[in-house]
Amino acid sequence: MRPEDWRSMGLKDSEYEAIVNILGREPNIVELGMYSVMWSEHCSYKNSRAVLRTFPTQGPRVLQGPGENAGIVDIGDGMAVCFKIESHNHPSAIEPYQGAATGVGGIIRDIFTMGARPIALLNSLRFGPLDDARSRYLFGGVVSGIAGYGNCVGIPTVAGEVYFDNCYRGNPLVNAMCVGLLETDKIKRGRATGVGNPVILAGARTGRDGMHGVTFASEELNAASEERRPAVQVGDPFMEKLLLEACLELINSGLVEGIQDLGGAGLTCATSEMASRGGSGMEIDLDKVPCRETGMTPVEIMLSESQERMLLTVRPENEEKVHAVFERWGLASATIGRVTADGILRIRMGGKVVAEVPARSLAEDAPVYCPAFREPAYLQTTSVLNLKEIPDVEDAEDVLLKLLSAPNIASKEWVWRQYDYMVRTCTVVLPGSDAAVLRIRGSKKGLAMTTDCNARYVYLDPYTGGMIAVAEAARNVVCSGGEPLAVTDCLNFGNPEKPEIYWQFRKAVEGMSAACVALNTPVIGGNVSFYNETEGEAIYPTPVVGMVGLLEDVAKRCTQSFKEAGDVIVLLGSTYDELGGSEYLAVIHGLVKGKPPALDLEREKAVQRTVLTAIRQGLLRSAHDLSEGGLAVALAESTFENLIGAEIHLTTAGLRKDSLLFGESQSRIVVSLPQEKLPILQEIAEQHNVPLQVIGRIGGERLKICLDAEPVVDLGVKELHAIWREAIELLLK
Amino acid sequence: MKFGVVVFPGSNCDLDAFHLVKDVLKQPVDYIWHTQENLEGYDCIILPGGFSYGDYLRCGAIARFSPVMKEVVRFAHNGGLVIGICNGFQILLEAGLLPGALYRNTNLQFRCHFTYLKVENTDTPFTKGIAPDRLLKIPIAHGEGNYYADGETLCRLQENGQIVFRYADADGKVTDAANPNGSLYNIAGICNETRNVLGMMPHPERAAEAILGSEDGRLIFEALLRYKEGGR
Amino acid sequence: MYKAQIKVLLKQSVLDPQGQAVEKALASLSYDNVEHVRIGKYMEVTLRAEDRAAAEAQIREMCERLLANTVIEDYTFELVEV
Repeated sequence: MRPEDWRSMGLKDSEYEAIVNILGREPNIVELGMYSVMWSEHCSYKNSRAVLRTFPTQGPRVLQGPGENAGIVDIGDGMAVCFKIESHNHPSAIEPYQGAATGVGGIIRDIFTMGARPIALLNSLRFGPLDDARSRYLFGGVVSGIAGYGNCVGIPTVAGEVYFDNCYRGNPLVNAMCVGLLETDKIKRGRATGVGNPVILAGARTGRDGMHGVTFASEELNAASEERRPAVQVGDPFMEKLLLEACLELINSGLVEGIQDLGGAGLTCATSEMASRGGSGMEIDLDKVPCRETGMTPVEIMLSESQERMLLTVRPENEEKVHAVFERWGLASATIGRVTADGILRIRMGGKVVAEVPARSLAEDAPVYCPAFREPAYLQTTSVLNLKEIPDVEDAEDVLLKLLSAPNIASKEWVWRQYDYMVRTCTVVLPGSDAAVLRIRGSKKGLAMTTDCNARYVYLDPYTGGMIAVAEAARNVVCSGGEPLAVTDCLNFGNPEKPEIYWQFRKAVEGMSAACVALNTPVIGGNVSFYNETEGEAIYPTPVVGMVGLLEDVAKRCTQSFKEAGDVIVLLGSTYDELGGSEYLAVIHGLVKGKPPALDLEREKAVQRTVLTAIRQGLLRSAHDLSEGGLAVALAESTFENLIGAEIHLTTAGLRKDSLLFGESQSRIVVSLPQEKLPILQEIAEQHNVPLQVIGRIGGERLKICLDAEPVVDLGVKELHAIWREAIELLLK
Repeated sequence: MKFGVVVFPGSNCDLDAFHLVKDVLKQPVDYIWHTQENLEGYDCIILPGGFSYGDYLRCGAIARFSPVMKEVVRFAHNGGLVIGICNGFQILLEAGLLPGALYRNTNLQFRCHFTYLKVENTDTPFTKGIAPDRLLKIPIAHGEGNYYADGETLCRLQENGQIVFRYADADGKVTDAANPNGSLYNIAGICNETRNVLGMMPHPERAAEAILGSEDGRLIFEALLRYKEGGR
Repeated sequence: MYKAQIKVLLKQSVLDPQGQAVEKALASLSYDNVEHVRIGKYMEVTLRAEDRAAAEAQIREMCERLLANTVIEDYTFELVEV
């Protein structure tokens, strides 16, 4: 072995040495390939593990935390919800349709491999600005890919977010989340146990797709990346649908001992992780692996990232039955090995042993790094925001119209109407509200779900930004009537070997953890995507939060739209002079500066409790949290679904007008309710020490806002709605 | 009234159709695996939505050769009631049980949203008893719902009253703006000459409960139940 | 052994939205001498047959039954001996 051999596979010299130490000899080319993929950042989390361990991961409802293919939370009555989010950023930058499609495919498998029936898909997407042709191309391709795959598999894509910013120009982000439902006694794990148990590979035939995909995902993009196109896998959603049905049938029939999907690092990852978790070893015969191409070498078979494949361990007496089920579903399956007791992953081909390594060493023993971290220099300049230099708003109507048509706020209907969000007839709050809500047939329960992250906040203050990402997700769930349960995180950052980036990472995780603890939402699993940089330019630190909440009674759900003329409109929470990091500051004043709005976790908890209690008591007709664009935008958004207007009276009370109308102070929710229910809401707010302000009434066909008795906004709701609704499509023409 | 929901490899909306019949209509219903060749005892066969065989080659092109389809054709020729929804409609067309063809939406996108359907013919087992000017709010979800038939066929469909549903706007006007996929004549659903086979792109099973946003889809099935009650 | 190279295109009378979209895209890339674009499918079917005539007959049958939807598509093919 020469240094180029291991370095070209992404391994450091010290890592090569570690491998030699573990084996007591030099690795051969197959073994080297296996270590290179398993010890890549994408698979081993070697640069992030130490920090990820600081997440709060426990709670009374947690049935499965990080460490398995997906996390699981108990929702009562013998049921559990399983969910996870994952990234597929680098492939999507090169081939957006397939990159996004296979990202969806991978996360679906992570869910049904736990024994859960996937019931919903969500996603969080970021692209460069829409006036950039390549960004438009990537945007269109990614959305098509998600639609093409998810719709075919028959799982509704019900919620998500899309952001556009210059920092994502070279590095789009595609984070895909899946939620599944299962019974608590039917949880399956990716564990190989039972010495002598057959190991079965099922699904698609193995080809040369995606060789070194995880290595590709563990490096920065540059001009040569386009030639990496062979590293992008092509998905077959039909095959996935068959695989899903067959595996769930097998799991529900009790015929499966352990099961894991093949994703990054293919067979190497599935075999080593299953053996490692089970404290066992495996003997694998590559001649038995159904291949799509001829003459595949052991390295190719072990590293192939061909999609739609699952690995199972079964009891010998069930082996034939298992193959029969796969056959009925039209899927290829083959027994490729046995579980052993010696902890060694032993690979044979042509009768010879071609690789022989301790399974644990691949799956668990990658070195753990603690990269250097240093507060970034840019914060010196960005954190200074002198509001006196920002003129207060003069034409509030003009600002409101500009914000409503800004890509980050404008309606994303162009995106989600390409997704089938109704299949399975369980979606009861459709896209367009703060969170999607699904009913659970056969029970009164429901699930609310969302993905959230304001990356600009994280860029300007990673700790606060991380905290807000979690808080906002919980707020969205609460506005829909759900009690936040747990978090899955997708941490998208630049190159962790740069101290400034690693500092962002550490701080963001710290902030997220603080919020998770305060809001009782442990982290049950997630994903890290590093190296999202092109030619040295990194993305904003983007820690996406996926959150699921429980509604004990789905009939008690809530949406963001105003419903009845005559209802009073109430603002809960406090507004401050805070414009740092706001969409208003960016869109109107062209500035990305200041600190994000402060977040008081105690106040956040109190506001969420107030709203959740009110919804459960059937007091509220609508609830909408305030985020980008602040109060004026939230009010406008609330008028859109039913095209019903509102008359709002606000007092500035010493605040700037723009802070009051467009500032993004945290922990604020605007609700509407019948007049006669107001006293009860006031009492609940008082109990929780939450400021409550009646700000107006629903009615008419216009949005009228008065500041200190002076009208500053008087616009037709239909006009506002049209501008908001058509903005994205106009930008794509 | 006994229903059978056929399940092809890749069908997705079989679950939803089954739930509609069993839990909402409270009628007996079975899943019928695509290799089954016996349809005795059923009053109505549903070919559900989804992506049978991944929509490979053409939507429904491969499913129409499934063993069960021989029986479905025989069942239909004997007067049995058949509803093809979305992919099911595509399969009925490929199998020749209905005339014309469905192909890619003119806007080249998959579209999922509610539509308003104008009921053109209330003299079919699927629509009898529905008020003539009643608009049905039923959602679509498809990328290949563009209905085509040649001029002669379209005339024939028109004359025979075989056009059952057309896309309309909220005021009941059949306009281009209300056409979500480019279908000729805004055709959303048609029946055969003997009126026992219906194919429709919109999903009535997704509009059968208030909690889902519309109950209008149920009207089609309630018409069927009345038809069965009333005897032939 | 014969290989059939089959082309399936939408009938002339049928609107080809994909073809139109690609036509516009080419125009936007400044190929303003492009008159028309149609998009279809290309399939290769390799089969064993007694002779050319038999192979042709079978391919025609396959096209009529499965490979093309003759309501809406036309097909042509060439047969190559391999």
